[in-house]
Amino acid sequence: MCGISGIQVRDPSLRPRLGELLAGMLHQAAERGPDSAGVALYGDPRLSPPGCATVSLTSLGVPAAEVAARVGAEAVAAGQAVVVRSAELDAGELEAAVRAAFPRAVVTGRGTGLAVLKGVGHPDALIEEFGLREASGWQGIAHTRMATESAVTPEGAHPYSVGENVCLVHNGSFANHATIRRELIAEGAVFDSDNDTEVGARFVAHRLAEGMDLEKALLALCERFDGFYTLLVTTGDAFAVVRDAIACKPAVVAETDAWVAMASEYRCLAALPGIESARIFEPEPEEVRTWRR
Amino acid sequence: MAPVTEIDLRSASVRELNGALHRAEPGTSWRVLHPGGAHNLAVGLDAAVDVVIDGHAGYYCAGMNQHATVTVHGNVGVGVAENMMSGTVRVRGSASQSAGATAHGGLLVIDGDASARCGISMKGVDIVVGGDVGHMSAFMGQAGRLVVCGDAGDALGDSLYEARIYVQGRVRSLGADCVEKEMGPEHLAELAMLLKAAGRDDDPAGFRRYGSARRLYHFTTGNSY
Repeated sequence: MCGISGIQVRDPSLRPRLGELLAGMLHQAAERGPDSAGVALYGDPRLSPPGCATVSLTSLGVPAAEVAARVGAEAVAAGQAVVVRSAELDAGELEAAVRAAFPRAVVTGRGTGLAVLKGVGHPDALIEEFGLREASGWQGIAHTRMATESAVTPEGAHPYSVGENVCLVHNGSFANHATIRRELIAEGAVFDSDNDTEVGARFVAHRLAEGMDLEKALLALCERFDGFYTLLVTTGDAFAVVRDAIACKPAVVAETDAWVAMASEYRCLAALPGIESARIFEPEPEEVRTWRR
Repeated sequence: MAPVTEIDLRSASVRELNGALHRAEPGTSWRVLHPGGAHNLAVGLDAAVDVVIDGHAGYYCAGMNQHATVTVHGNVGVGVAENMMSGTVRVRGSASQSAGATAHGGLLVIDGDASARCGISMKGVDIVVGGDVGHMSAFMGQAGRLVVCGDAGDALGDSLYEARIYVQGRVRSLGADCVEKEMGPEHLAELAMLLKAAGRDDDPAGFRRYGSARRLYHFTTGNSY
């Protein structure tokens, strides 16, 4: 069991409340997996000011000021995570600079306007560590993990963000991930963890890099992966949900003119503004539902 | 009218709620406030008590119910009224997956939609859904009746035994060994009774009936080796 929740805000007046809404959703999902958690925030000016490339790191064990000095960019700490940012470099150049300064760093996200914060601990404690309630932005996703197939570590927490601005959270387990991992390694992928979800994230990132659109990449995943999954995948302009062939794992979507949100359980959505009049449904198996910004 | 005992889940635990309901005298009335989507509300009841849940409930709400009447003024999560034996469970909103799973008896009414696998392995329960049901509803249904006033998703009645299915709307596809059957007067009467019990005024004549072709669970020479 794991818990997923996420929201894409359409009404700009809700952007300042993104973190508060996401924190409430994550809190309600906490019982589904209390061993680690993570969030991805799109457009939070505290962490990723407009126009800045960002690289997110976890469990580096180095103060943000030292990271900033050694990389030659700004750095902000958020609990166990550090977000490095630069207005001069693009995301690829910034990631290269981070890796040059910290060869063993685990990069948990890179892009523009994206911050990925993840760590080990109870989701309620991580909400405080990340200062999540104070976050703002136009899109956010959260995951709380009950580990079943690899170690409880910050890099084993979700979201997995291995392509620029692409984030993926997963409830379930992939059965044939070891086979696909070997194929991706042969294609040149380098893995950060033993986690099955990372295989799914790298598969999607590879398909996107080959030029597939998000819907096609997720349908390709459905075709290639065996197992149980509900996935919530976000990019710099989209929010997408897909479930396995028998919809084994739960997913509830709610949509209003002001936002679209998805969660493992309805109770995660129950406190969202206007939920009383939201259109609520559970996505069909292997049907990719996408919302664009 | 008997006084209603209120239990507020902002201060009481789910265990305290269920303990109180298990000790309740038949004929008493209860109201659960601020359920907040909690799981396992009003499970294992074994007396003719009346319970109103004032908000959304999580997984397994009113599971294993016997004799009690449970009304949820909200949505419910996975497995509402799973393994119900008797009594009535009514959901004013919508239900998630596996509503009424394996239930042996009683009446489950869902005013909104039910999602995948509604009535999976039903063993005698009657289920009336005001809206749509998701894919694989009544999967391996052994006995009881499933009434769908809206549409049904893919693979309706897959591997069906003797549960009977009535659908007013569109059926996206039928599962293995599920077929449409003729609607006789006894079926119209049965459906009218179920709709009335659910407090609905849909016209039974607008429904189609589905059931097992009985080719899957009877061994034939074609199945021997």
